[in-house]
Amino acid sequence: MFEFLDKFMPGILESLIPRASEFAIEIDVLFDVITILVGFWFVLVLGYFFYLVFRYRHREGQKAKYVTGETHRQKQAIEIPHFLILACDIVIIIPTFVVWYNVKIEVPPPDEEVRIVAQQWAWTFYHAGEDEILGTDDDIVSINELHVKENTQYTYHLESRDVMHSFSVPVFRLKQDAVPGRVITGHFKPILTGEWDIQCAEMCGVAHGIMGARIFIKNEAEHKEWLAMNTPIDLGGSFLAVAGEDEITELKEDKNNG
Amino acid sequence: MAEVAPAEVGHGDTHDDHHEESFWSKYVFSTDHKIIGFQYMFTGMAMALIGGYFAYVFRMQLAFPGSSIPFWGTLSPAAYNSLVTNHGTIMIFWVAMPVLIAAMGNFCIPLMIGCDDMVFPRVNRLSYQIFLLSAIVLIISFFVPGGGFGGAWTAYPPLSAKAAYNSTPFGAPLWLIAVTLEIVAFLLGGINFITTTMNARAKGMKIYDIPMLVWMIVIASILFMCSVGPLIAGAVMLLFDQTLGTSFFDAAAGGDPVLWQHLFWFFGHPEVYVVLLPAMGIVAEVVCVFARKKLFAYKLILYSTIGLGILSFFVWAHHQFISGVDPRATYLFTTTTLLISIPVAIILFAFIATLYGGSIRFSTAMLFALAFIAEFLLGGVTGIWLGSSGVDIYLHDTYFVLAHFHYTFVPIAIIAVFAAVYHWFPKMFGRKMNETWGKIHFWGTIISFNGIFIPLFILGSAGQHRRIYNFQNYPDLAGQNMQDMRVFATMCLVLMLAFQVIFIVNFIVSLKRGEKAGRNPWNATTLEWITESPPPHGNFGTTMPEVYRGPYEYSVEGREKDFWPQNEKPDSETT
Repeated sequence: MFEFLDKFMPGILESLIPRASEFAIEIDVLFDVITILVGFWFVLVLGYFFYLVFRYRHREGQKAKYVTGETHRQKQAIEIPHFLILACDIVIIIPTFVVWYNVKIEVPPPDEEVRIVAQQWAWTFYHAGEDEILGTDDDIVSINELHVKENTQYTYHLESRDVMHSFSVPVFRLKQDAVPGRVITGHFKPILTGEWDIQCAEMCGVAHGIMGARIFIKNEAEHKEWLAMNTPIDLGGSFLAVAGEDEITELKEDKNNG
Repeated sequence: MAEVAPAEVGHGDTHDDHHEESFWSKYVFSTDHKIIGFQYMFTGMAMALIGGYFAYVFRMQLAFPGSSIPFWGTLSPAAYNSLVTNHGTIMIFWVAMPVLIAAMGNFCIPLMIGCDDMVFPRVNRLSYQIFLLSAIVLIISFFVPGGGFGGAWTAYPPLSAKAAYNSTPFGAPLWLIAVTLEIVAFLLGGINFITTTMNARAKGMKIYDIPMLVWMIVIASILFMCSVGPLIAGAVMLLFDQTLGTSFFDAAAGGDPVLWQHLFWFFGHPEVYVVLLPAMGIVAEVVCVFARKKLFAYKLILYSTIGLGILSFFVWAHHQFISGVDPRATYLFTTTTLLISIPVAIILFAFIATLYGGSIRFSTAMLFALAFIAEFLLGGVTGIWLGSSGVDIYLHDTYFVLAHFHYTFVPIAIIAVFAAVYHWFPKMFGRKMNETWGKIHFWGTIISFNGIFIPLFILGSAGQHRRIYNFQNYPDLAGQNMQDMRVFATMCLVLMLAFQVIFIVNFIVSLKRGEKAGRNPWNATTLEWITESPPPHGNFGTTMPEVYRGPYEYSVEGREKDFWPQNEKPDSETT
């Protein structure tokens, strides 16, 4: 549905920033739908406002009309647009629910998983190794670099070690706060190869402004190459992983609570 | 209904004996509502200068990262965070609140409803004194070891709860104490506004004869009272977390950090309407006077406002779509958030409809009031993108949000306040402000304001997040065209601040040399214009006004004059 609608949309967000995830198109289309509906009302109301301001400017010898706005006919001037606005609201709410469900509620069965740990002021990413299973000995840990494969359905597990952070990947149109004490699960599916920013989107202290990371989206072969270049956890790559690990005790997998 | 005779409603201090008062008792420890209104207004304006200066410093850093900023020096990340945090805090709690609710409420309510003072004048004085204390505590918090609090004005724990995280061991508790004191001050003030309006109205002023500004301030005070309880509870819990080592918001010890967000935003969203409503009230008054029109659909506006107030308690989690609340809850909050567009639209449409058939005089006050309608319209409609939870996933905490709420707050706290100052200045000080300089100030302010925030909508849509002190650290955001937009926005801010110098000079010069105004310079109908300018202690002299009609009887057919004051006896009685 969104692919179809996209053909008729101005594509405002895409002109500013590429769509690198599967659900980015849905958010972009919703953005455009709202832009068209709201833009129409905005231009209409503002245009009428300026017309009135010009038309009824003070001129000598002209007296203002006495209009109470209390009669039924006069009130209709407000009531009719108000029902139209209600209709527009509903037109916005329905696709909003669909998009929200697709992005934030339903987690499709993953091809691969990634664990993301935020702390003041760095991101730690746990990638599945060559066995493509997270939590095994050949996992690869990296700081401030997230490496993912194109056209692969990912599930992420987001944690925080200290304060609120927010995992934001603008090219994915994805954002999720990391809450200390919780593991928050979500999903994404990269569809473009390239290298883009990850930002922390929640004020997290003095160095919040440099708590960025990079996302590297590669095809299968290049991703394999990167895996081979790195040291898995069991061969000593774990020194990154244990830093600060003991602070966190049992974390309950709190599926889908945000 | 006003069954208590006005003379009996007076306060303990008798204002009947007009003895000479000393400077201290007249201007500092006064219980006169007008003086307290001025105290709030001037304190708010002074705080606005501080908040504006902070904005200048951090915008300069964003435009020219790392370079030395004139009147500041180089800006460290910690200082940047502190400036951003305190800019937000000051502009909402120490500028919008005191000027819109407290100053306008104190100055206008007794004058507009025709009574001699607030019903609790000493509570009123206490309210200002606590407010002043809160401002002093906030300013002290900038100079303590570790510096001022830098955890954003929303103060999300655990960052705000532990000095180990926020690196401001003294700044954070002082910030919190200042906000709490400020809230106490406004609770005291609000009691006065509500009680005075309900009990001390002039004889004959029925419920639909109350000017819209008074209604708006009363409804805002009720909203504030109903919403502030959870915030005070949350603030005390957070203060205990900071200073006593409790764990209300510490997940590791069994607390819940998201709880604070609920308590904060349960207050925080109605708070937006607390400052919006008085601004709309100001616009209603000014538009009616200068369009020479009766306010369109008074009752519809009133009931929409009440509906808006009630609905505003059910939208708070739209600030938390992606912050770890149950994702299913957003269905409810998206719906309520989009529905709130309806009462707001009704009120704005009614203001626009008021222009229909009018005879519009473009005084400076009217220009600011019209600008409020146009600019707030953009601020209001951009809320739809953010209220839609699907789009908010992307736009949350970007500059789009920032531009959106500045398009609401600047019209509220700056543009509407200027409309009020230009409109009521003659009543406050007995002289008019200079209109030519006023119009220069108007155009300079409005054009540069749009110049600041339009580019920020684009930057936000391109994925630029808030509260980041140097975007050059992000390769996707470091492009020259994006940096050019940041420089443009900063230049517009400097311009906007420069134009305020014109206002300040005009204000001060007009105090002494402005054209004498007389009682009713704008030919308005409401009660504040029937007394002397400035009104004496006790407001209306010996005879209190009586009210015979609604507040907006302009251009009534068959009458020679195009305004019919509320207190003028009906023809049947005079002839």
